[in-house]
Amino acid sequence: MKRATQSTETPQVGRSVPRLESWLKVTGRAEYVHNLRLPGMLYGKIFRSSVAHGRIKRIDVSAARALGGVHSVMTGEDVRRLVPDPYYGPAFHDQPVLALDKVRYVGEPVAVVLASDPHVAEEATHLIVAEYEALPAVYDEVAAMTSKAIVHDVLKPAGTFPDLKHFKGRTDTNVALDFHLRRGDAKKALAGAHRVFEHRFRTQQVMHTPLEPLVSVAESTETSLTLHTASQSPSFVRSEVARLLGWPENRVRVRVPYMGGGFGAKLYIKLEALVAVLSLLTRRAVKISLTMEEQFFTITKHASTFRIKSGVSADGRIVARECEVWWNGGAYADIGPRITQKSGFTAPGPYDIDNVLIDSYALYTNLPPAGALRGFGIPQLVWAYESHTDMMARALGIDPVEFRRRNLLRDGRPQATGTVMRDAAIEKVLERVAVLLDWKNPFDRGSGALRRGRGIAVGFKACVSPTTSLAAVNVNADGSCIVYCSTTDMGQGSDTAMAQIAGEVLNMAAESVTVVHSDTDVTPYDMATLGSRSLFHMGNAVKLAAEDAKKKLDQLRNELGLPADAEIPDIFKRKYGMQAGNVVGTGSYVPTYKSPDENGLTDSATPFWMVGGTGVELEVDTETGRVRITRLVNVADVGTPINPRIVETQLSGASIMQLGFTLHEKMQFDADGQLRNASLAEYKIPGLLDIPQEIVNEAVVAEQKTGPFGAKGVGETGTFSVSPAIANAIEDAVGVRLTSLPMTPEAVFMQLQESK
Amino acid sequence: MRREIRFRLNGEAVSAQVAPHETLVELLQEGFGLYGARESCGQGLCGCCTVLVDGRAVSGCLYLASLVEDSDVRTIEDGGELDAVQQAFIEASGFQCGFCTPGFVLMTRQLLDEIPDPSEDDIKHYLSGNLCRCGAYPEIIAAVKLAARKRKGV
Repeated sequence: MKRATQSTETPQVGRSVPRLESWLKVTGRAEYVHNLRLPGMLYGKIFRSSVAHGRIKRIDVSAARALGGVHSVMTGEDVRRLVPDPYYGPAFHDQPVLALDKVRYVGEPVAVVLASDPHVAEEATHLIVAEYEALPAVYDEVAAMTSKAIVHDVLKPAGTFPDLKHFKGRTDTNVALDFHLRRGDAKKALAGAHRVFEHRFRTQQVMHTPLEPLVSVAESTETSLTLHTASQSPSFVRSEVARLLGWPENRVRVRVPYMGGGFGAKLYIKLEALVAVLSLLTRRAVKISLTMEEQFFTITKHASTFRIKSGVSADGRIVARECEVWWNGGAYADIGPRITQKSGFTAPGPYDIDNVLIDSYALYTNLPPAGALRGFGIPQLVWAYESHTDMMARALGIDPVEFRRRNLLRDGRPQATGTVMRDAAIEKVLERVAVLLDWKNPFDRGSGALRRGRGIAVGFKACVSPTTSLAAVNVNADGSCIVYCSTTDMGQGSDTAMAQIAGEVLNMAAESVTVVHSDTDVTPYDMATLGSRSLFHMGNAVKLAAEDAKKKLDQLRNELGLPADAEIPDIFKRKYGMQAGNVVGTGSYVPTYKSPDENGLTDSATPFWMVGGTGVELEVDTETGRVRITRLVNVADVGTPINPRIVETQLSGASIMQLGFTLHEKMQFDADGQLRNASLAEYKIPGLLDIPQEIVNEAVVAEQKTGPFGAKGVGETGTFSVSPAIANAIEDAVGVRLTSLPMTPEAVFMQLQESK
Repeated sequence: MRREIRFRLNGEAVSAQVAPHETLVELLQEGFGLYGARESCGQGLCGCCTVLVDGRAVSGCLYLASLVEDSDVRTIEDGGELDAVQQAFIEASGFQCGFCTPGFVLMTRQLLDEIPDPSEDDIKHYLSGNLCRCGAYPEIIAAVKLAARKRKGV
């Protein structure tokens, strides 16, 4: 599709520009790594561990190697020939490229078969025989605190994060981070409270299931390596692979085209180190495409247990809260320790509580690794604190909206860390949910077997900090514009948003701006596309870069004696005598941040707060336990939307994804840690028949003053409050309380039977 | 063990050497460089691999390539200009990451061929074999309704 460069005075932000890549996507032409084939390329198929915890006694690959068409078979020992210490990870260097000495979960990669024909490679994996000496395993996050089964013999923090350094060399523990926050005196305040409530909640392990499964391709020369990968974090991939190889970063190039979904699954290192090593060992291009099944053995969302205890005064004010959270990180830490802290400090919820105690633990277990999934731990926390809040309101006989109103954390007041709330429209979000649910008016409660109820919840998130984004904006001699940034577009619409921001500054139609996809040889550094950070951080960087380009153009006009309104092509013609040259503006953005002190306190914990509220109307079939959502209301503070339509679809899509995690999805393991439902046949994600009858999405009128044109991130916000709003509505409908996810018909039915 | 088959691909007479185990998606990708039909779940449950064979949608990740002999095969790459369905998916924001989109577009064409004016229930049931992990379902329903109107010239 040809797009003319358009100069315009029309505002570019606040306009629902259709996604720039629309044509590519509706014609099937969008570039995904999934599609990539390189000359002479080998396909890798992975042989995986069949035990949850064991010492590797023997791996016999001779039959696999002998199969016709097999190029080679590689194990951890082959990897060690090239990389002496082949362990990677963003928080701990704990994950081997292929298992070494030990396996730590069922499904862990142990060997790889390479062949030109992927079917041959696959067949050969079935000929590999591995023997293990079984070791005791631990699966439950709370049990892991005290279990004799130790997943890692020695802890090896990556050194990037100061609060992990003291874990170096630790033995006999499964704790990969313990975060503690102490504000006021929670114990004392609880002792003196009018009423005290304590509950325990659980969330289950689930998987992102991006429809483009994880895929990476590596090609190499003697001195260089190029990775084509479905990655949300190309800059991290580059530095981590370079570190493993002992190479400077300029010898590793990481390219990311479009991605078929990410949701946090495609962060940090997943397949990249493996294909890099395989390519260097074979001197061939190597591709590994996971199957849907294999994704379940790669990265998941933390199961969690949350014990929460609150003290309430006689006038319905929460005076103290204790939060104890255990995160089931699986066999490798991935980014779990950051979730444990960065989300952990919001565990008391969006409430103004003087006395807070938080203990948040990242645990190793013998399950597939857990990392970030659309919310970075926040949905697990909101599930607990908003269920708990509703249960207290009911017990106190106070209307749940009114109880929240009384306790809400308002702008200008300190959050648990001590960071003063700014630009967080918590109250507005709560009030709009109540209005959209018509909360103050009576509600049809159904009859017979079908009982109706409604519920609300409101959650918040501190954007992860500190993180850095850089961008460049190039203005060509014909006046057209190209944005260079390493933000990856996995469906969230970042290309379009960045084009709108650059276009707004340069008075160009967003449709005429080109956004270059991540290529670490070309696009500047970016921490990663995660945690709803990109629109804010990269948006600010792109805005600064565009302003820099604009300033340089103005300087040229001035130097060349051109009027202030001279067209861009005329500037270059005057300067170079023809249509030649260009101007590059650069921008970098890193927010201010202060690490928490020994009590977990800091006055600068985050650059911005995200707020998401959900209202639910539902129907419970008391004969089957089936829950049908008739109305789902998503309200969010996203600042001032850059693209209102994309914001709306992000809220809606996130809430539908969370519906799956709330009502259906669960990775089911047997007593030996074997996953029993690693396929979309048995692990059901929401389809068209599962969506609510009506979905309402609203961004409240708000402004993030430090954001680009008042905006902030939105990718995760729609997930925050869905689960507790549904649990609250179920109790409203049928008087039973579920404290574990997912709330399947069976679970609801059993609870109904128990209450009889 | 390969054998030659002839079929029509997006209106053009073609031939290919296919192995007995080869799927239609593999044939389209490896033999013809067409990547719009793509394998995701590998079980015929998600619809990302949808291909039209003699006007009927099949799961290209399960459908054996040799079965398309003498058939008329249409993929998302068929045709030049955007049709009413594709335009409607753009206007109604009926996709995010785009990985499932070709399957939805092809199924919507088949739906509208059979039911030119589908109800919301018709849409949900007809497209229930197509999954979208981004959760663009409300927009997809709106896109199908819009496409129906566009086809009628309303």
